[in-house]
Amino acid sequence: MTEPCPKLSARNLNVFYGAKQAIKNVSIDISREHVTALIGPSGCGKSTFLRCFNRMNDTIENARVTGEIRLDGRDIHAADMDVVQLRARVGMVFQKPNPFPKSIYENVAYGPRIHGLASGRAEMDRLVEDALRRAGLWDEVRDRLADSGTTLSGGQQQRLCIARAIAVDPEVILMDEPCSALDPVATAKIEELIDDLRGRYAIVIVTHNMQQAARVSQRTAFFHMGAMIEYGETSTLFTNPVQARTKDYITGRYG
Amino acid sequence: MTATSAPRRAPTNWTAPAMQARVAVRYRRERLFRLAGLGALCLAGLFLAFLLFTIVRTGWSGFRHSEVAVSVVFDAQALGIDPAVARGPGGVEAIRRADFNALMQRSAAAQLGPAADVVSEGAWLDLRAAVLADRGVLGQTRTLWVPVRSNIDLLAKGKFDENEAEVTRGVSNEDIADYHYLEARGLIRTDFNEIFVSAANSTDPELAGIWGAALGSLLTLLVTIGAAFPVGVLAAVWLEEFAGRSRWTDFVEVSISNLAAVPSIIFGLLGLAVFLNFFNMPRSAPIVGGLTLALMTLPVIVITARAAIRAVPGSVRDAALGIGASPFQVVVHHVLPLALPGIMTGTIIGMARALGETAPLLLIGMRAFVADAPKGLTSSATVLPVQIFLWSDDAQRGFVEKTSAAIMVLLVILLLMSSVAIYLRNRFENRA
Amino acid sequence: MTGLFPILLAVLALALLGYWIGRQRGLAMRRGLTIRIGTVHSLPVYHGLYVALTALLPAVLVLAGWAIVEERLVADRVIAAVPVDFRPVSEIDRGAFMNDVRGLANNALEAAFNPAATAVVPLYRATSEAFDLAAGVVAMTLLAVGGIWAFSRLRPDFRARSHVEKLLRWLLILASTVAILTTFGIVLSLLFESWRFFQIVPAAEFLFGTHWSPQTAIRSDQIGSSGAFGAVPLFWGTIFIGAIIAMIVAVPLGLMAAIYLTQYADARVRRVLKPMLELLAGVPTVVYGFFAALIVAPAVRDFGVWLGISNASGESALAAGLVMGIMIIPFVSSMTDDALMAVPAEMRDGSYAMGATRAETVTRVLVPAALPGITGGVLLAVSRAIGETMIVVMAAGLAAKLTINPFDSVTTVSAQIVALLTGDQEFDSAKTLSAFALGLVLFIITLLLNIYALSVVRNYREAYE
Repeated sequence: MTEPCPKLSARNLNVFYGAKQAIKNVSIDISREHVTALIGPSGCGKSTFLRCFNRMNDTIENARVTGEIRLDGRDIHAADMDVVQLRARVGMVFQKPNPFPKSIYENVAYGPRIHGLASGRAEMDRLVEDALRRAGLWDEVRDRLADSGTTLSGGQQQRLCIARAIAVDPEVILMDEPCSALDPVATAKIEELIDDLRGRYAIVIVTHNMQQAARVSQRTAFFHMGAMIEYGETSTLFTNPVQARTKDYITGRYG
Repeated sequence: MTATSAPRRAPTNWTAPAMQARVAVRYRRERLFRLAGLGALCLAGLFLAFLLFTIVRTGWSGFRHSEVAVSVVFDAQALGIDPAVARGPGGVEAIRRADFNALMQRSAAAQLGPAADVVSEGAWLDLRAAVLADRGVLGQTRTLWVPVRSNIDLLAKGKFDENEAEVTRGVSNEDIADYHYLEARGLIRTDFNEIFVSAANSTDPELAGIWGAALGSLLTLLVTIGAAFPVGVLAAVWLEEFAGRSRWTDFVEVSISNLAAVPSIIFGLLGLAVFLNFFNMPRSAPIVGGLTLALMTLPVIVITARAAIRAVPGSVRDAALGIGASPFQVVVHHVLPLALPGIMTGTIIGMARALGETAPLLLIGMRAFVADAPKGLTSSATVLPVQIFLWSDDAQRGFVEKTSAAIMVLLVILLLMSSVAIYLRNRFENRA
Repeated sequence: MTGLFPILLAVLALALLGYWIGRQRGLAMRRGLTIRIGTVHSLPVYHGLYVALTALLPAVLVLAGWAIVEERLVADRVIAAVPVDFRPVSEIDRGAFMNDVRGLANNALEAAFNPAATAVVPLYRATSEAFDLAAGVVAMTLLAVGGIWAFSRLRPDFRARSHVEKLLRWLLILASTVAILTTFGIVLSLLFESWRFFQIVPAAEFLFGTHWSPQTAIRSDQIGSSGAFGAVPLFWGTIFIGAIIAMIVAVPLGLMAAIYLTQYADARVRRVLKPMLELLAGVPTVVYGFFAALIVAPAVRDFGVWLGISNASGESALAAGLVMGIMIIPFVSSMTDDALMAVPAEMRDGSYAMGATRAETVTRVLVPAALPGITGGVLLAVSRAIGETMIVVMAAGLAAKLTINPFDSVTTVSAQIVALLTGDQEFDSAKTLSAFALGLVLFIITLLLNIYALSVVRNYREAYE
């Protein structure tokens, strides 16, 4: 399935961990307006695939990536692509909330600071407030910005991590099972937030929870054993899957 | 298997006297074994207590010394000092040139009578110090308490058995007579030994102090920490955060773990061969001692720093990388601040070891007799443990208490250092 | 060399200026722009650092290299100017002579030991100044060229951060190389000096000879005189004290201490006893040496005399070995502790479940299971004991004897190294060189012991993982 003007596109992507192939020849286009969900049984490679988009796999010692990924048509593996800038443009939210053991303010301000996005204290304050507002956290933390980020509840921590990613004004946000460590109430809040952020950022979310994929995404890709089995409109994929394996998975035959 | 071939075993009779006795023996063995364990620890503890007790018992008197009262006429004429010059800009120079030694001897001879030679050979320094502190004493008469010779000092502290025969006693009959002469007249007193804490080494026990060695230790440790800390931390960062697995990193790791086990004296040979003979660096200097100890401490710092860096959770690295921090920014902004307490603990432990180290420094000449506190990194110096070794080697009886007193100072510093290390470690562990 | 210090300061100051200029340039690039990711590649800080480091590094390298060779070059020139009759020949004389000259030149000395030194002081001053000046000019030129070149490259799309980080990466690699250089330094210096020693004294005689008396070789006509450098008595003394007497003390006590701490003591007792062992481990060896010489050695001698041993000495293998054993207890105890902890809890539980007492469990199950680990620990302790120096220097004596009488004085490899290298002596004499040969033997033996012991411990750990 191709979009008219994909934000991100992968072509013939393979990922190897040593001799083991984790991703097999995957091609996909990801649009800027939608939330795209990657689903599949655990160990199917969906997180590995997600980490290709901001080259976080570079940090894993024996990982090797072949094929190409383009962000706005530019190859992200090109020699002149600065991986640091790539990661600023393609933000990431991790499975477990991982705020820095610093103040809430510093957590959000860190990104803009290392990228030089604010030229003064006042501008930085504005950036931090803006990011926290958009992450729906501002009202909860406005009086305790100096407290450590680790004192927040799990759901708040994850929203802080989203605020941290938003603060550098990325074009894409990758979310790697952002709710798997959270309770249902916190999960609902994050899902609401994802809906709010849709349209402004291209969002790719990995989830093992099919209901969640159905709730938050407009496009869904189903992965199985490192291969992308099916990719399409979320509503179609869940109600009328083309592939038998997709059908088996969403009806709960395995997973 | 047939039922008949295996004879039926009678059930064990746990209450039979034989069995009861057996159990009793086993319990007795158990108690003995437990006692043996406790005994081993107690033995070690007793040894430690005995060692510390012996050191303190022989050493505490090193912090006190005996002085004799002499009244001195500071006759400017006799000293050859022009009072006007003494007050002027060249005054210090003029006072330093004056013969206070003669003045001291004259004063002692005049007042102490037969016991004039109890005065220490360095007592005149007190006279000069009095003039340097206040030019007003020129032309006046002052009563000063000046140090006595070591043997008299030891007599005053009761370190000699006066009933022993003169040959084996270690102190002459004349000295004993002199001491009693002074004591009877109330001219001798014992108080805090300011010479011991402010002077450098001397051939006379009563004039020897640890300040010079302490300063030498400080300078040496400054060089050690200045060299070993940055290099050690940078090497640890490289090994943990940047180096992939390769032959080269394996080689570095093997080198470090082997260096950690090399006897310290080998580092002395290295310092001698490389720093002194190859690079022609000055002998006995804190810079050479410090560098030698730095090479010795380096493995300790690298190993503990690596452990501390490894303990920083990977999620912090992911988070920072995920918003576009470069690997260096990750290290500088996140990993090092979090690992710092652990790194500091390791560094302090390494420094404590370096502070107590003697053998390698002997080889690079830091056993030289140094009568002045070192002025810089390249001047001749000695360090506390070497000073302890030199004094313990000295035949003069007065050095025994100085040795123990110096050990007390060294142990207190080491104890303070390890307390800081333990404090940091606990705080670090509680937070993690 | 002291003249280089102001130059270094000037270089650092200029590099700081370079940082400031680079940073200003970086700030100027951003003025008036709405900053988004990618507008300007690097932060102003990195532009500054790039200029500063590019300017600084070549200059500092030149100065460092110069500082290493300068003394030698100056010394060569100065000594060449000394009349032949007064010219110092040997390395150590040269060193002493140059110390004189330097002392006079810096006004630290009032009079020289060698009168010829006074005459060459002006030459020394002039040569040093000329050399310092030359180094300064070279360093400053490199600094200026590097700085200007770096500045000319600064542009919004210039990747200053990447360049700075590449430099820093080299700095890290350099730091980790120090460990390798140290290892090489040790091996090469020991090998080189030992090789020179074996030119004078055959290696076989050194390794297998039984007569050690290096003092006789001081007279030049006697160098290498037969039997003077047979190191067997030293090897024996080292093994006798470090591997036998010290271990007889340390192994049972350390083992029992560890057993008590891990199996019997509750947390409260451990909190008191563990720090005590750490304290025992933290006492400097010179303190143990003093204690051994002051208290233990006389007591051992008196005990020997009481036993009727006629040649009981005031410096004895027993005194040094006893104290060294005590010193090693914490080490043995902590190694045993680790080994016992590595035994799976199921084994212990299995033994208890059959009604075994704790003592039976420890002696029949835990210790046999942990034996490889404990053995490895003991070997490490031996390697530590035989390298230990101060206790034997102060309490064991310097008499090289092949004796199994613990009340007699013996000497060890490390004690002899200290004895051979302290005091003034010709550096090239067989006597001094023999210290390096001894060092080489000590280094090889401790290294082999360590490698073997660590592999034993590692295999043991892996067996239970």
